[in-house]
Amino acid sequence: MSTPTTARPRTKLGGTLYRGREGMWSWVAHRITGVLTFFFLFAHVLDTALVRVSPESYDTVIDTYKNPFVNLMEIGLVGAVLFHALNGLRIVAVDFWSRGPRLQRPMLWAIVAVWVVVMVPGAFFMFKHSFEVLFGAG
Amino acid sequence: MTTAGVRIDPPRSGSARRLRGRTNTELYAWLFMRVSGILLVVLVLGHLFIMNILDGGVQRINFGFVAGRWASPFWQVWDLLMLWLAQLHGTNGLRTVINDYTRKDATRFWLKMALYTASAVVIALGTLVIFTFDPSIS
Repeated sequence: MSTPTTARPRTKLGGTLYRGREGMWSWVAHRITGVLTFFFLFAHVLDTALVRVSPESYDTVIDTYKNPFVNLMEIGLVGAVLFHALNGLRIVAVDFWSRGPRLQRPMLWAIVAVWVVVMVPGAFFMFKHSFEVLFGAG
Repeated sequence: MTTAGVRIDPPRSGSARRLRGRTNTELYAWLFMRVSGILLVVLVLGHLFIMNILDGGVQRINFGFVAGRWASPFWQVWDLLMLWLAQLHGTNGLRTVINDYTRKDATRFWLKMALYTASAVVIALGTLVIFTFDPSIS
């Protein structure tokens, strides 16, 4: 038989909106995906700015992205941005929708479901070319 | 009422006093994150879907592709809007992260200076490139 004291901290954490369990972990994931996207954007604007230097310098840098390894990182980036976007909409719902705070947990599982449904075909189509390069019949 | 010369402020009177004469910057920053976030869901997810899936991903990208795309004012405006909103959204996000994790005032100050400098460079460079792009550059 468990003592009441063991159940207490869990109730305390589970009773708050963001701290502990899914609310907190979605917040952690939101931060990580956001910071990751920030650094990507920095690199992305710099490499695109090369179109102002010369077509050759732009094409040279872009060609270094045309391999399966960078393709995998692109899929990771799309996954991160998609989570950040969906969870951001959930945060807006929690903040502005009267029923949002009560439904924050089911809304998280809903966006996770949407993420999986979008990412499975998304990753398939994004990796299609790399798959052909790696394993395709020459 | 004071007793025996000891003055005890009512709860939260300190923060209430501090609030007077202060600006609502944090409120506007909070609101901006939600408004820009909703717009970015459309702009960024649209950008990722078009570029990575509909247009065949980075394999197809070269100077000519960019030239064809920016020949249309629609995509110029799309990219400009996305650049500004994403960079400001990301800068405010990282400002929050820096505020949360830095312990020394000097560290906080210099990290934010680096952040604002990087941000200004990205916005200025990106804007310049979109407005001065020359498809016939040699």
